[in-house]
Amino acid sequence: MPIQLKVNNVAATVDVSPDTPLLWVLRDVLNLKGTKFGCGIALCGACTVLVDGRAVRSCITPVGSVAGEPITTIEGLSPDGLHPVQVAWEALDVPQCGYCQAGQIMSATALLAHTPHPTNANIDTAMSGNLCRCGTYTRIREAIHAAAEAGSAARAK
Amino acid sequence: MRMNRRSFLQLTALAGGGLALELYRSPLAAAQGPGAPPELTPQAFIHIATDGVVTIMARASESGQGMRNMLPMLIAEELDVDWKDVRVVQAELNEKVYGRQFSGGSANTPQGWEPMRRVGAAGRQLLIAAAAQSWGAPAEECTTQSGRVLHAASGRSAGYGELAAQAAALPAPALNSVKLKDPKDYRIIGHSQPGVDTHSIVTGKPLFGIDVTVPGMLYASIEKAPVFAGKVKNANIDRIKTLPGVRHVLVIDGGITPAAFTPWEPGMEPGIAIVADTWWQAQQARKQLKVDWDLGPAVTQSTEVFKKRAAELLAAPPANTLRKYGDVDAALKSSAKVVEATYEFPFIAHVTMEPQGATAHWKDGKLEMWSTSTLPGDGRSLVAKTLGIQENDITTHMVRSGGSFGRRLQNDYLVEAAWISKQIDAPVKLLWSREDDIAHDPFRPGATVGLKGGVDAQGKLTAWRHHFVTFGDGKHATSGGGIGQDSYPAGFPPAYALYTSMQPLMLRTGALRAPGDNAYCWVAQSFLDEMAAAAGRDPLEFQLELLGNQKSPWSSGEHDAVGDHEPTGQSVLIPERFKGVLELVAEKSGWARRGKEKGRGMGIAAWFCHLGYFAEVVDLSVDAQSRITVHQVWAAGDVGSQIINPAAAESMAQGGIMEGMGHLAQEITLAGGKIEQTNFQNHPLMRMRQAPKIEVYWRKTDYAPTGLGEPTLPPILPAVTNAIFAATGKRIRTLPLKRSGFSWA
Repeated sequence: MPIQLKVNNVAATVDVSPDTPLLWVLRDVLNLKGTKFGCGIALCGACTVLVDGRAVRSCITPVGSVAGEPITTIEGLSPDGLHPVQVAWEALDVPQCGYCQAGQIMSATALLAHTPHPTNANIDTAMSGNLCRCGTYTRIREAIHAAAEAGSAARAK
Repeated sequence: MRMNRRSFLQLTALAGGGLALELYRSPLAAAQGPGAPPELTPQAFIHIATDGVVTIMARASESGQGMRNMLPMLIAEELDVDWKDVRVVQAELNEKVYGRQFSGGSANTPQGWEPMRRVGAAGRQLLIAAAAQSWGAPAEECTTQSGRVLHAASGRSAGYGELAAQAAALPAPALNSVKLKDPKDYRIIGHSQPGVDTHSIVTGKPLFGIDVTVPGMLYASIEKAPVFAGKVKNANIDRIKTLPGVRHVLVIDGGITPAAFTPWEPGMEPGIAIVADTWWQAQQARKQLKVDWDLGPAVTQSTEVFKKRAAELLAAPPANTLRKYGDVDAALKSSAKVVEATYEFPFIAHVTMEPQGATAHWKDGKLEMWSTSTLPGDGRSLVAKTLGIQENDITTHMVRSGGSFGRRLQNDYLVEAAWISKQIDAPVKLLWSREDDIAHDPFRPGATVGLKGGVDAQGKLTAWRHHFVTFGDGKHATSGGGIGQDSYPAGFPPAYALYTSMQPLMLRTGALRAPGDNAYCWVAQSFLDEMAAAAGRDPLEFQLELLGNQKSPWSSGEHDAVGDHEPTGQSVLIPERFKGVLELVAEKSGWARRGKEKGRGMGIAAWFCHLGYFAEVVDLSVDAQSRITVHQVWAAGDVGSQIINPAAAESMAQGGIMEGMGHLAQEITLAGGKIEQTNFQNHPLMRMRQAPKIEVYWRKTDYAPTGLGEPTLPPILPAVTNAIFAATGKRIRTLPLKRSGFSWA
């Protein structure tokens, strides 16, 4: 049965079983490879996307359950890679292998959307569901603070 | 290096335009037979377009250690171009042109440091020669700056792009004849250069092995026996073939015979491959599989049996003597205090964030592979052997991976993808689930270690007896389960003995980041801390004294289980460097001023491996429920005269420390031959809330630069457990932490 999706502000119709995880629809049907597979059971956060602004683990989200809702993936975070979180990630050269970073960035984006000035404790709570096997947590924390500062600077203008 | 008249700029000059250019392979080098050492040429690595954009080939695979930056940075420095004008392109596998294409053993820095700079310098010399010729000026009067050749006397200058065509006609210099820069003139080396792929990563570009797509590609998933190398007797294959999306169901007989010693790359594991239109369909079909397995002899294996046998071996006379000097028994007998302890560490898995997988395309008797291997040449050989084809019928594209940590030195997933593609005569992407990845990892093997040490009335170490009970066939330790005869503290105690005994293991094992060292550093540095405590002395002072009093020289150039991967030279522990990092970390952490507060403590440890020296100090708290919070880590490293890419180096050190902390809580156990862990809930990684502040300091010395992938990791484990001892008085001799009653907060 065709399912109507709205991914990165683009409407798409996919013909898959509604219980197919959103992750595999994004990756293998819509060819949006930025969202990653890490564990399949929402333990690692590599598959994190935004559904209506909330950070969601796409590996356990049936595609049928998010039909019509606005879905944002790493590819759609900004048209030019200049979202403040992306800019901060790049400025601090956060990634090592980089595999988890799309998920980290999406979780950080959701955090900053409702907590523009997160404390370290806020970051611990919001980001502890995203594993980084390379251990780039120090840089991720710095980048979130940097993005928060950039965000407030932008608002002050 | 011999002279080579062929110009490295030839192809670029013809193509022009500044577009990404096809790889130009030196026919001379390609003609060399297998086994001949490759002649590295500038033309293999450097392409300069007419607009001055410089393309540099990255020869090593990238798994996050920064090889795609580090090696091209060495070339760019000596070529004397601006890093902003450099584009890095991943080389395909072609070791006749690029030399060794291997990312492991922290070897790319020591092995690339000299040759890559010479490649860059030879390119620069050719461009100068071209300019000098056209200006009628002596080459010696020409200089370079930011991709331009300058002649001060005549006021002339020309961009490298303008000189490319002319340089093409000139003879290239011998690499060993070129002059290298004075390090004080470095503008790229020693200056942080962001990852060449960082922008692509933060914008979600398809860079990784899992992201490869080939038109018409199918997806594969493999069900393997729950017990190592168990074979398929029967399965409901006909039913599986009827499920949605399923195209093929293949029985893999495999090529592994379970035995006491499992070799490196033992061959294909048996199983059933399901090939479908999508990976999700293949996975769904897998859930319907009903397989009758012939589990084979490995079904008898369990952690309990291993422990029982290890205890027996520990109590018996050791089987092998690796190193012995002095009279250990007499020294122990006359010691004022003797400490005896048994240390145990478990098997653990690699759990790279990107699970194993590969893409392969069999077409008309030839194979194209997209490989994340860090030892891709071995992967190609293994595929050729398994498929019964020639290596030169295989093209290997080297694709970025989502982490290796030693896992991708083995090529099992690559062979599987290649085999499936050949069977179905179509392109296929194989992907392992996380559960597959943990159950079929080439594990870091566990061990049980018996130690006995003595101190005299003055608190000096008198003797050290070390019985390492590991796995193997008695003569050969399983991969990652060996110990080098010179492993620290060998050579330093006045009397010393290192023995090994082995029990059989029917399981694939392998190298995990700092193989061997990642575990026996914990054993040795914990026991040294115990000895210092027994002597009533400060552990730092105790260890510095030991290092200042070497009793027996290094006995061989081989250091550890991957000794044959290590470059020659400098492979012996230099006490002054070991002491240097200890002193630096003590200074930075305020070790001498540390407080004495119940439930809070600092621990210190150091190690030498893969040519690098690291010392680390941990400050932590332990709460009433024995939960540990690490507040801060200080690390001091000595990897020689240059930190090539400082920001990346700091990140690598912080990552090694986070990984080592992770090891403390991980274990792989077996029952009835089956691996009991399945996913991150029972083989955990450190999480954000557990990540401490980590400060990294460098001690620069006059030695040639060496690698950072591995040596940062080992000291953190004993630094943590020694800090737990300082905080609680409880000595942790069994890992993971929970087996000693502790956990991360």
